[in-house]
Amino acid sequence: MSDLRIEHIRKRFGKQEVLKGISFTFDPARVNMIIGPSGCGKSVLLKCMVGLIEPDSGEIYYGSINFRKATPEQRREILKNLGMLFQSSALFDSMSVGENVAFPMRIFTKSTESEIRDRVAYCLERVGLPGIEDKYPAQLSGGMKRRVGLARAIVLNPRYLFCDEPNSGLDPLTARRIDELIQQLTEDFHTTTIVVTHDMRSVQILGDKILFIYDGEAVWRGSRKELQETPLDEFPAQLRGFLQASGLYA
Amino acid sequence: MRIPLIQALEAVGTYVLLLRRTFTGLLHWRLYWQLWTQEFLIIGRDSIFLVAIIAFFVGAVTTVQTAYQLVSPFIPKSTIGAIVSTSSILELAPTITSLVLAGRVGSNIASQIGSMRVSEQIDALEVMGINSATYLILPKLLAGLVAFPVLVIYSCVISHVGGIVAGAFTGAVNPTQFGIGARSFFEDFQVVFMLIKAVTFGFIIITVSSYHGYYVRGGALEVGASSTKAVVVSSLMILIADYVLAQLLL
Repeated sequence: MSDLRIEHIRKRFGKQEVLKGISFTFDPARVNMIIGPSGCGKSVLLKCMVGLIEPDSGEIYYGSINFRKATPEQRREILKNLGMLFQSSALFDSMSVGENVAFPMRIFTKSTESEIRDRVAYCLERVGLPGIEDKYPAQLSGGMKRRVGLARAIVLNPRYLFCDEPNSGLDPLTARRIDELIQQLTEDFHTTTIVVTHDMRSVQILGDKILFIYDGEAVWRGSRKELQETPLDEFPAQLRGFLQASGLYA
Repeated sequence: MRIPLIQALEAVGTYVLLLRRTFTGLLHWRLYWQLWTQEFLIIGRDSIFLVAIIAFFVGAVTTVQTAYQLVSPFIPKSTIGAIVSTSSILELAPTITSLVLAGRVGSNIASQIGSMRVSEQIDALEVMGINSATYLILPKLLAGLVAFPVLVIYSCVISHVGGIVAGAFTGAVNPTQFGIGARSFFEDFQVVFMLIKAVTFGFIIITVSSYHGYYVRGGALEVGASSTKAVVVSSLMILIADYVLAQLLL
């Protein structure tokens, strides 16, 4: 039984219903992928799950706690166990890389300066960027920012890791490196990782469990193996065009 | 007509809710102390030169123009000192300084917070369980409430210096006569009134600019527009508050 699940999530912006009652159970300590074409509602779903957007209805469970009805203390405890990699990396411009990665530790822990320094160095090393603590985000490339964002996301050893379009805007090689890094960190830290993407190559590398969203609805769910072995004509109609365009089927 | 009215009421409501949020969810005082110090330096120290230049010339011009109008031999020269001094304390130092700071500090705050909004840095704070309004706005507000009265007192002193120098330079009034005039109409309450204005205008500039930055949507273009709007609205609010305070307290 997974400790992260969503039930009947609905969200409407004005007259447009973006999420139409999505339910899903995420596999623990695995990479769960939410995929779909641009504008299908996958990022909105992710933001609902981390509390950035309040859904109109539906429930989000972290373990036995209903996130939407959680007390401030429960909510804080959930957020403490949650790391997020943003599409734009969302590094704080006014802070150095080291300060960025250390930030959650300073907020949530009473660690000493040397403990923080060691942990920051370890996390940066894990993402392949040792010794860049003193650099500022403006001095980094897009791929480096993304990796620093990952280092910040894992600094508190989170149970849940959310990644919003982790490799968008990156060259194919860097994109693959980010994918591999997410895979590696999920295995090493046993995090329940949720990746939102429209990149089918990422799905082939990462997707332990896959939820396909189309026009705000969950139209297919399964494993990477099922995705690869299922003939194209057995997928829902909405998914076929997307799969063909992604190059997964000739 | 009804829609702009509703929009204005919504904006006021959102502004009040943001203020309420700003004063809740404090984390560690140590963290806010560091932020307060940074903000105090940005608002206070970095404005000293600009305020000095403007205050000096405002004092000088007021002296020259007052001398130009008081041509009667029956009016003692010290009257120039009295008028310039009272004008500086009651109106010129607090209002002109605040209007200048609305441009310098207000646009800086709106564009800083706005940039953080569009680059998901505010979302990153929220996902970490940090009340972004408290974290971003409260240190600025507290720093402003200290820095503004200090800057206004400083501006008032420099404005007097400007008046004395201009009076001596043009031969309109010598420093002794200026001093006699300034002292003859001085009341302690004038300084209290000046400080009340400084605190009120500081509050308006910081909160209005923060509001415009915090709720910006879009990209760089919208950040620039929100910065301009913050300055315009702050300036307008300062002038309205100036009138209301004069009506209530004098």
